[in-house]
Amino acid sequence: MSTTTAPGALAARPAGRGWVHLPLIWLLLISAPAWMPYVGGYDALASRILIFGLAAMGLNLLLGFTGVMSFGHAAYFGLGAYGAGFVLRYWIHSTPLAILCGILLGTVAGVTFGALMMRRTGIYFAMLTIAFSQICYYIAYSWNSVTGGYDGLRGFERAPLHFGPWVLDIRGNGLLFYYFVLAVFAICTGAMGMLLRSPLGRTMIAIRENPQRARFLGIPVEQHVWIAFIISTFFTSVAGAMYALLNNFADPTTLYYVISGDIVIMAVLGGMLSFWGPLIGAAVFVWLQDYISSMTVNWMSFIGLIFVVVVLFFPRGLLGFIRRRST
Amino acid sequence: MLTLVLFNLTNGIILGLFYVLMALGVSLILNLSNVINFAHGNFLALGGYFAFSLAPYLGYWGAFIVAPLAVAAIGLIIEQTMIKRVYPRPHVYSLLLTFGLAFIIQDLCRTIWGVNGLPLSIPNALNSPLSNQFFFITGYRIFLVGVVIVAVAGLFAFLGFTRVGTRIRAGTFDLDTVSALGINIGLLRAFNFALGIGLAGLAGVLAGGQIGLNPNMGDDLVLPSFIAIIIGGIGSLTGTLIGGLVIGIASAVTSIWWSSGSEVIIYILMVVILVARPRGIMGEEGMMT
Repeated sequence: MSTTTAPGALAARPAGRGWVHLPLIWLLLISAPAWMPYVGGYDALASRILIFGLAAMGLNLLLGFTGVMSFGHAAYFGLGAYGAGFVLRYWIHSTPLAILCGILLGTVAGVTFGALMMRRTGIYFAMLTIAFSQICYYIAYSWNSVTGGYDGLRGFERAPLHFGPWVLDIRGNGLLFYYFVLAVFAICTGAMGMLLRSPLGRTMIAIRENPQRARFLGIPVEQHVWIAFIISTFFTSVAGAMYALLNNFADPTTLYYVISGDIVIMAVLGGMLSFWGPLIGAAVFVWLQDYISSMTVNWMSFIGLIFVVVVLFFPRGLLGFIRRRST
Repeated sequence: MLTLVLFNLTNGIILGLFYVLMALGVSLILNLSNVINFAHGNFLALGGYFAFSLAPYLGYWGAFIVAPLAVAAIGLIIEQTMIKRVYPRPHVYSLLLTFGLAFIIQDLCRTIWGVNGLPLSIPNALNSPLSNQFFFITGYRIFLVGVVIVAVAGLFAFLGFTRVGTRIRAGTFDLDTVSALGINIGLLRAFNFALGIGLAGLAGVLAGGQIGLNPNMGDDLVLPSFIAIIIGGIGSLTGTLIGGLVIGIASAVTSIWWSSGSEVIIYILMVVILVARPRGIMGEEGMMT
């Protein structure tokens, strides 16, 4: 994407530097099961928000921090889910191995597809990402004997976690599972924060700010876009694996392009120039989706309206909007 | 066996023609406005439904003419009120906008015309098969092929030989220069957008007579039309035309031997093209790539 950030755009903050908001975010996340019921939430919804938040933050490494548009991240999310599902369904009853395999499947796809796309830019790149995610969708859809086809991969259950002598039974316990998701989320966001402070992260931001200039400085832009793409698919596939564990199934809709659109809108809705924006976007979007779909049969119109309203009126996202207001 | 091959080939050509109509519209809009129109399939559905609702008053032929124009008018309104505003912004916004519009239009169709499929009745004259052996070659299918040929030939003649058409082609290559020459590119883009949407509307009327109407009838056509563009080469309408026909025929012929492979083959073709000839069949190097 030739990144044309609007004049006067917010200076990018690679990671949360504020002393106030970092503890606040973690406090809110840790106490979420306690206050969620008061805003119409429940444990599974809280887990879903974290999972999509992680997926959107993963995407945002590419979209917001490298300035490259992917509209096909459902592929890596869904492959993460299927990878985890395959392990639990066909191989071994182990949650960590399921997550690892989900990550492996999603990231290997990211490496392969990325290699085929990395020389393309702009709208063509976006179009290819859509096409590749659709390949995964059709494979999952038509390979009935392995993936369960339209019905999806069912008949597995997340396994208890073993830490030496201690066993953490996350099987039927939504609350414990939420904290497990939160732990994974914390590790991932920590890694993302460190990544963005590293020379590699700085290079990604440089490419976003001005790809041509980055090239003149001797940065191999294509390779870095590829690397950023792979890292981004890595985190999105972690989220996908967690999603399969949350639902105890994986179905083709996790690979469908609608999920790609959802993940992108979460990043934009929250504010793609900020580190935590996508999480906030995911919280708002997932919560609204849950609420609206229980309220009206015309939920599709409302979801569509969210897209339209965000694009036309809140292009900087909620965080950008609030920060603009306060300055 | 010959009948089976011919049967599938015919189906492939029909399917390919729908891909062509869709992909040409998407391609026109993509080339000039740099917008991937996710809602294109929903405009197709609108075309079918408009024809359905207009037919009792205007007759089939009246509806056949008016429905695509009405869809183009709606497209124009949407372009002027919303899509126009995201042209200067990064691509992510136009993608999200058309994505949201797709949801809204689909839901509106569902609310107005119902979830269940509706038939779009076609004149009896078009309904009968031409012969018993080739039962799959109905009058309607020949009519459909004829309409698409006329529409596509008309489009290419328009782009090739008229002043506005020349400007659209020029804008595909270098919109800034076109603008600098004093041409109102806002108007040009609006017209071009309506033209592309009109093609989707026409495809909807034709598809309605072939497969009937339902709120998500365009969904299965929109993503393959992206593939048709990639295979044909971004920026080239001739490429899009070839791409659409190729994937239509390829998917129908594949289904002779491998019934669930009809979609997968489209994507296999795309990957092969991307590896062997990244710019697409007719695409030019450096063109929006």
